[in-house]
Amino acid sequence: MNIYSVASKNLLRRKSRTALTAGGIALSTWALATLLGFSRGYENALNRDIDNMGFQVLLTAKGCPYEAATLMLKGGTGLRYMKEDIVRSVASNPEVEETTPMLMQGVFDPDKGENGAVAAYLGVDALSFPRMKRYLEFKQGGWFRDNTAREAVLGYEAAELEQREAGDKLLIPGIGAEMTVSGVLKRSGTQDDGTIFLPIGTVRELFSRQGQLTALGIKVRKGADIDALENRLYDLPDVQVVSLAQVKTTIMGLVSGAKAVVLALALIAVIIAMSGVANTVLMSVMERFGEIGIIKSMGALPSDIFKLVLAETAAVCALGGVSGLLLAALTARLSETAARHFLPYAPGGALIIIDGRTAAAALAVILAGGLASGLYPAWRAARVRPVEAMRGEQ
Amino acid sequence: MTALISARGLKKIYRRGAETVRAADGISLDVNRGELLAITGPSGSGKTTLLNLLGCLDTPDEGSLSVAGTEIFGSGRKLAEGRLTLLRRRTFGYIFQQFHLVPTLTVLENVLLPRVFYQNGPLRKSPGEILKRLGLEHRAEHLPAQLSGGEMQRAAIARALINGPEAVLADEPTGNLDSTRAEEIKEILSSLAADGIAVIMVTHNPALAGAAGRIIEIRDGRITPSPKP
Repeated sequence: MNIYSVASKNLLRRKSRTALTAGGIALSTWALATLLGFSRGYENALNRDIDNMGFQVLLTAKGCPYEAATLMLKGGTGLRYMKEDIVRSVASNPEVEETTPMLMQGVFDPDKGENGAVAAYLGVDALSFPRMKRYLEFKQGGWFRDNTAREAVLGYEAAELEQREAGDKLLIPGIGAEMTVSGVLKRSGTQDDGTIFLPIGTVRELFSRQGQLTALGIKVRKGADIDALENRLYDLPDVQVVSLAQVKTTIMGLVSGAKAVVLALALIAVIIAMSGVANTVLMSVMERFGEIGIIKSMGALPSDIFKLVLAETAAVCALGGVSGLLLAALTARLSETAARHFLPYAPGGALIIIDGRTAAAALAVILAGGLASGLYPAWRAARVRPVEAMRGEQ
Repeated sequence: MTALISARGLKKIYRRGAETVRAADGISLDVNRGELLAITGPSGSGKTTLLNLLGCLDTPDEGSLSVAGTEIFGSGRKLAEGRLTLLRRRTFGYIFQQFHLVPTLTVLENVLLPRVFYQNGPLRKSPGEILKRLGLEHRAEHLPAQLSGGEMQRAAIARALINGPEAVLADEPTGNLDSTRAEEIKEILSSLAADGIAVIMVTHNPALAGAAGRIIEIRDGRITPSPKP
């Protein structure tokens, strides 16, 4: 028997009170761990999405930069167009390794959902686009034969939504054009999962967009000066330059406000839980003044009593903390669904990562806070004078 | 023979508003090893205060106290709290009227509780031996709530003996027990004294006091002439 087993048995004396306190700690740990997990997960997912784009700079027609950022990652509405000959002037820069033109087109599909919805098609170059998106793997089939083929490649989720497989026909609403599905991609955890890719020449022909682009992806040579390239691209007329760093900063800026509010709420939850711990432990100490006096009369030093009360505090915090971490891990996907609902932009893949690092950080905050809130009750207990405590008991 | 506990002129005064209570008013007393001493007197006379002073649980306002040759209080000095605690660990065992067993610990764990804070101290008798001597070996794994009053007091005695004390201080040890259980406790305390332990008990129970080798009666914080030499 040691001081810790005595402490743990003391907690069993008021089971419901211990459970309620641990429950409060569990909830605040859950909030903290989920937030820390979100902070890491969101940034990782965003980085992965951006890295998987295959290009570091995007040129779009002049317009709203936020829309450009959204277009870059998700596809947008109210599209603007730029001239195709811009490809040559961009490619002539020494920093540019390769470019890939993209032409996005949206079509209203009255059969989609209850009231219809816009179906988006991304026209891509059959040669350069697959080279830049090397991480994309096919579940079935492969890329289209050339830039004018009447073929389509479906992202994993797009194929599920359209219920199509390689070899099936895909009808483009409104214009009555029929495509053959040449391939279905494996799940990539990025926005490509929900995209329908068409050859860029086919999109131009179907939608009468000859010589036009919505975006130009630019892959920069390794070690090249991206800033110098961007400065030169800014001089091009009627286009705007969106760099990977800008997109990331823009999106993180949008999300950081929400993160700050949630962090504040999580900290308030932690403070409330810690006040609960201080109150519970102090109440438990006051109830046991007589017993503490008896233990001191048996030869316990003030430091022994201090340790005993802190051990009780640590045990209840550890119990609540571990329960909260389990809760956070179990509800991560549910929290992620809620986060996706409220966020202005959510990248693909896991948004909340509850791993060892996140768990250790959350537990460390909870234990440190818990021990801090146990200091005063422990100090009060250590100061108990045996004779006064026993007199009070009688 | 040198006394185990030697008190000279102990004074303890409590102030309750305008009222002054002289709980100990110049008490001088020697207690020897193996002695069974009963402290009697009416309620509020200062019996428990004297017991607490002799057991180093309370500090006198005046007077001196030596325990096992160590001066605890005297000449305006007091032994440092840490050293006092160490002395209490190895010298005293305490028994209370209310037993004060920890309800979530078994009998054996309650008995071992003082060892949690004195793990390096010599273990003169094993907990098993002590429980057997007190007839509690079959109750070792029971919780206090499962024991009778007499068993609880015997468990409290076992706890007081675990560190091998030189003196056992008992405050109304039979106060909550019926006459049969009180008789058992009397036998146990007598046997402890026979083993060389100084036993000092505060009691209202004439039968228990009758078993003592010496009885002192306290009135108004002073020792009155002993009814039994």
